[in-house]
Amino acid sequence: MEGVFTQTLVSGILIGFVYALIAVGLTMIFGMMDIVNFAHGEYLMVAMYFAYWFFVLFGMDPLYSLPWVTVLLFLLGVVTYYVFIRPIINAPMLSQIFVTFGILILLRGVAQYLWNADYRMIPQTLTSGNVSIFGVYVGVSQLVAAAGAVICNGLIFWFLKSTKMGIAMEAVAEDKEAARLMGINSDRMFALAWGIGIASVGVAGGLLSSFYYVFPEVGSNFCLMAFVVVALGGFGSVPGAFIAGIIVGLVEVLSGYLIAPSLKFMFVLFLYLGVVFIRPQGFMGRK
Amino acid sequence: MSADILVVDNVTKRFGGLTANANISFSMKEGQIIGLIGPNGAGKSTLFNCISCFYNADGGRIVFQGQEITFKDPESICRMGIGRTFQIVRIFKDMNVLENIMIGAFLRNPRRKDAQARSEEVAGIFRFTDKLYLKATSLTISEQKRLEVARVFATEPKIMLLDEMMAGLNIHEIKESVELVLRLREMGITLVLVEHVMEGIMPIANRVVVLDYGEKIAEGTPDEVINNEKVIGAYFGQKYAKRRENKTRIQ
Amino acid sequence: MKKGLLVFILFMCILAAVPQFLRDPFQCHLLIMIMMYATMSIGWNVIGGYAGQVSFGNAAFFGVGAYTTAVLLVNYNVNPWLGMLAGCVLSVGLAVIVGYPCFRLRGHYFAIATIAVGEIMVVIFTNWDYVGAAVGIYMPILEESFVNFEFHSSKIPYYYIILGMLLFAIAVCYAVEESRLGYYLRAIKDDPDGARSLGIDIQKYKMIAFSISAVLTSICGTFYGQYVLYIHPSSTMDLMMSIHLCIIALIGGIGKLFGPVVGAFVFIPLMELTRVYLGSEGQGIDMIIYSLLVILIAIWRPQGLWALFSRGSK
Repeated sequence: MEGVFTQTLVSGILIGFVYALIAVGLTMIFGMMDIVNFAHGEYLMVAMYFAYWFFVLFGMDPLYSLPWVTVLLFLLGVVTYYVFIRPIINAPMLSQIFVTFGILILLRGVAQYLWNADYRMIPQTLTSGNVSIFGVYVGVSQLVAAAGAVICNGLIFWFLKSTKMGIAMEAVAEDKEAARLMGINSDRMFALAWGIGIASVGVAGGLLSSFYYVFPEVGSNFCLMAFVVVALGGFGSVPGAFIAGIIVGLVEVLSGYLIAPSLKFMFVLFLYLGVVFIRPQGFMGRK
Repeated sequence: MSADILVVDNVTKRFGGLTANANISFSMKEGQIIGLIGPNGAGKSTLFNCISCFYNADGGRIVFQGQEITFKDPESICRMGIGRTFQIVRIFKDMNVLENIMIGAFLRNPRRKDAQARSEEVAGIFRFTDKLYLKATSLTISEQKRLEVARVFATEPKIMLLDEMMAGLNIHEIKESVELVLRLREMGITLVLVEHVMEGIMPIANRVVVLDYGEKIAEGTPDEVINNEKVIGAYFGQKYAKRRENKTRIQ
Repeated sequence: MKKGLLVFILFMCILAAVPQFLRDPFQCHLLIMIMMYATMSIGWNVIGGYAGQVSFGNAAFFGVGAYTTAVLLVNYNVNPWLGMLAGCVLSVGLAVIVGYPCFRLRGHYFAIATIAVGEIMVVIFTNWDYVGAAVGIYMPILEESFVNFEFHSSKIPYYYIILGMLLFAIAVCYAVEESRLGYYLRAIKDDPDGARSLGIDIQKYKMIAFSISAVLTSICGTFYGQYVLYIHPSSTMDLMMSIHLCIIALIGGIGKLFGPVVGAFVFIPLMELTRVYLGSEGQGIDMIIYSLLVILIAIWRPQGLWALFSRGSK
């Protein structure tokens, strides 16, 4: 049984990297403007559909369409900000919650209307098949997805810490007024945050489409996972999201393996409740 | 007859490495007006928060009418008879004047008709009778502060902690506030006022407590405190205090 | 207020008279669904609209009401009306257990926690054999009677029962609005610390509001079980149902007594009619329409559609 256990651990860590990537966008947006994007999972779904259609219509492997999907989702994020989010930046929390929930339902409705509820899957990709690393069998797509997620997370972290624009974003997140006094246009920073946040979800979607079913509701489970990751890592903390992602991935697979696969989702949710009751700010959160 | 209504006994409050209140002690008798003054950051609002239990003190005790209240919660404190206002005026933004006061009145008048009647009475005392149905946010700042006091008054407190009630008011409004405070005392309420507006608090306070850097540096009648070297030093700097003292000595 | 009372009575009379003129059982079904959702949404409004605690898990109470009645009926032959009472008791229990820790959480954390609790319940019930797991429970077919809470020849008795429940919900909400509880809830929503400084125990009042919310939702769960005669987790505890309850209140008017009623009359027909007339081609159109409505209202008319009717009164 040792082999299966190790396999489980590895798959947990791999999917955890992807969870971290999905959560990073969520935590960035919250850190900057105190808005929880309840629709976050739906953008993942959109990205997966884009990757699927790039394959079906143009024969592009998901890895090749990944840059296109990322750019499209970046634009979608920026558009979302200007159309839906900017009007409610200073609105009461109730309104903000309902707008992002509205976007959730809107995206899902559009997906259902355009592409109906069938489960779809990209049949054969560059990354199909398994590979054996130190005796552990891993799907190549899962490995690639995890690697892609780590790279993307790293890029975002580097961007925020080391580039002028990234530091400007962090400044706005920390203190909007002070940043304005220094000439930073917070409106554009917000739009950029949305762009990057949604684009990162796009990367995750593109990577997942190699081995995951695509259907209109696919976003909801990933979205809840992302919430747990953000809560655990701390709302607003990018490195926190990375560590928390791995932990959530491990909790998911281990509870499935040790207790019951049908209950693993429940244990992740218990993890969320545990975190918010015991240490609401998560590992590294500031709010 | 003259038992102390409120005793602050060696109260200390820390926030991480910063000690906001260090061993503060003073007491007051029923019906007095106590002024709590000191430069910005001295710890006055922190002390208010400890007394009203929005924070719990890290050391010392607070005793109200013989009962220790150090570790209670804000709603219990209010029910026991200590009411407070806030440094940045707090009113219920989505309610009108009458409803704001009713929230306070409901504490002692659970039935709506009673609460409403009592609130109309209170509104009369605070000169809001012709403004009952105005949205609270449409009032001027000075009116909003008055409303805040009115709704606390509706909870029938024995002590009222008023936090910078006169800040930002013009001369006329300050005079009205002073009259209001005196009327509250006439009605038997003990008052503690945190103030920077000296011309408002000094003429009416029975005693003044002065804080600086979290410690109590002086206590006494307004006259005693005004001439206290440490107090002058806290507000104007040690150099000025020394110069002033020398000038007095020479004279 | 007088005018509002008149309109309300007129409206109720119309609702009471309508079944005499209905020819199509589907129309009757539609109105029953509207009234059921209006009742539940009034329940949501008490905790979400008045107290400002946005719960995305109220469907759990619907499920508890439905399942309690069903299990008691199927396994122990307990009369569904008694089962309804039992369902209310258990729902209030759930409200207290969930509310006690969760109400300490601020804003977003609370909303997400309610989603988590709701989803946990779905997982539990889907895997619990005692309640039929994913398959659910079928109600036994009993002789048609009010006592048995089952009717087979016509939907009209169900119509009057749910109308009665709606009236009950409106009465309860009105009583809350006019009482100290209602004022305190509004204060808690407006400024919780200010409320505490005026002697309000905010935890206690949130719990009371949540319990009222639970009862109003639970009775609908029992009703649904007796109406459809079959329940399973995805028809009684779905996250989407919880979201619909919020949306109905938002569209109609959050924190307003008749908001959920207006909202239900807009939302339910939209959902049901697009499903019926557009069929599988139109899948998703209803979601697109009402999501845009939600977004528009949240951005521009947060008081909801009710504001168009009331013009400054309550």
